[in-house]
Amino acid sequence: MHNKSVAELSRELESGKISSVELTQQFLDRLKHEDGKYNSFITISDEQALAEAKAADEMRAAGKATVWTGVPFAHKDIFCTNGIRTTCGSRMLENFVPPYDATVTANFKAAGAVCLGKTNMDEFAMGSSNESSFYGAVTNPWGMASGDKRVPGGSSGGSAAAVAARLVPAATGTDTGGSIRQPAALCGITGLKPTYGRVSRYGMIAFASSLDQGGPMARTAEDAALMMNVMAGHDPKDSTCIDREVPDYTATLNEPLKGLKIGLPKEYFSDQLSPAMEEQVRNAIREYEKLGATVKEVSLPNAKLAIAAYYVIAPAEASANLSRFDGVRYGYRCDDPKDLMDMYTRTRAEGFGNEVKRRILVGTYALSAGYFDAYYLKAQKVRRLIQQDFINAFKEVDVLMSPVSPTPAFRQGEKNTDPVSMYLEDVFTIAINLAGIPAMSVPAGFVDGLPVGLQIIGDYFSEARLLNAAHQFQQVTDWHQREPQ
Amino acid sequence: MSISREDIEKVAVLARIKVDGEQVSALEKDLGNILDLVDQLSAADTDSVEPMAHPLDAVQQLRPDVVTETNQREAFQAIAPATEDGLYLVPKVIE
Repeated sequence: MHNKSVAELSRELESGKISSVELTQQFLDRLKHEDGKYNSFITISDEQALAEAKAADEMRAAGKATVWTGVPFAHKDIFCTNGIRTTCGSRMLENFVPPYDATVTANFKAAGAVCLGKTNMDEFAMGSSNESSFYGAVTNPWGMASGDKRVPGGSSGGSAAAVAARLVPAATGTDTGGSIRQPAALCGITGLKPTYGRVSRYGMIAFASSLDQGGPMARTAEDAALMMNVMAGHDPKDSTCIDREVPDYTATLNEPLKGLKIGLPKEYFSDQLSPAMEEQVRNAIREYEKLGATVKEVSLPNAKLAIAAYYVIAPAEASANLSRFDGVRYGYRCDDPKDLMDMYTRTRAEGFGNEVKRRILVGTYALSAGYFDAYYLKAQKVRRLIQQDFINAFKEVDVLMSPVSPTPAFRQGEKNTDPVSMYLEDVFTIAINLAGIPAMSVPAGFVDGLPVGLQIIGDYFSEARLLNAAHQFQQVTDWHQREPQ
Repeated sequence: MSISREDIEKVAVLARIKVDGEQVSALEKDLGNILDLVDQLSAADTDSVEPMAHPLDAVQQLRPDVVTETNQREAFQAIAPATEDGLYLVPKVIE
């Protein structure tokens, strides 16, 4: 059962061949047995999962089942789950049991899905290797056979590794600068970062509020579409969430791609990309040509400024968002504070890890008196230039295609001593968040036995078209079905 | 662009994060490198460009000014580090 997709599991449940309680127990047994190798989960919530499975079976017996009813999955540990510890990968929230559900959590519950637990992640979603988690690094299931311990990417590295290792068929992720797409690429799964405002951020622990967006991580585009059907939609509890009709994302998966106009941003096929990676990406694009698409080169002249703009905007917003962790209302508090200032400063020094502290300090600096215009305001202006590049490109083409990451999965410990080299890992993904447009990562080949992702970038609210393009590719390729040994 | 030890110490106070001497040295290097990276922005011509806050230039949505939430003080305080009689406890602020 563990090899089946969400769509397949849903059909098994519908046919009555297996109950959700049986299915959930199988997945839980496998998860507990296997995850020691990967450390992809922070919390396994078996009691609640079995209770949800029982409720799902009753929901089905009452004739109220949805596609998701009884299907197991997992949440990135950034989505608040009522009664289940939510750590965001941080010591600061080691004992935090939310008294409420994120909207995304509530949506999956309403659909009858069964959450097996909470997946590991970089602390407060800050990282590209899942090495900054207080709960230990995650190991990529790929490359283990040769004795290598490679990173799964980040920050949604636990979700990506768990899906790749067949511990869950699907998991939620969040993407602020590439945190769904890069781990999806490095673990050989399918991930989608939706348009900013498409998925509610309520109860999704905030990192950079103008960039954060939740989205699906699964093995197939079809399953990602099924997740989007649950995740997307307006939420009055998130004032930045867009009130716009949600299509059935599965309805257009089978549309033919004949005539699809693909743009290749020349800046994303630069010397930062290894030749072996480029070959795989170009092979994938040739498959699209065989499906009737046309290809032309386009330019995103300001893309080179994306990392610089991001590392002002994201830390600035993070420094404001993370000021809520003060040791007063919830979360960690240091022992024996001698006064209020001592309590704040030691709580935050002890509760946050190094990368989180670096970003808070950079953000505080960028927002401090005398620097605001030079850094934050300047970055917000550059952000508009970057957005304008994409708007111009989409006047000529339907989608853009590029690599997701410059290299395949690197080794644990290889980049985590130098923050800037880690930041460059997101060179092809960050501009998309700044513009607020949607993009996917789709398995598109291998280099040295390690997965390569193809990035498909679309105009605002074009998630259905991206999923359609990914699904059609997955009908003629089998990269997404490869399993790590 | 470099950042001085004094700047780091000042920013750490603003951010309410305790840093010791050794950490300041490490931060001097790391934050300096990050600011070097960020410095590329100064080359961009943004004279006539409006800063962008929301990708879709959406405006703040308003809702009717009515009570929708119920009081959940007990649930919220159950997860607090220290409370008493419905109040959050912190170290003494006023002598």
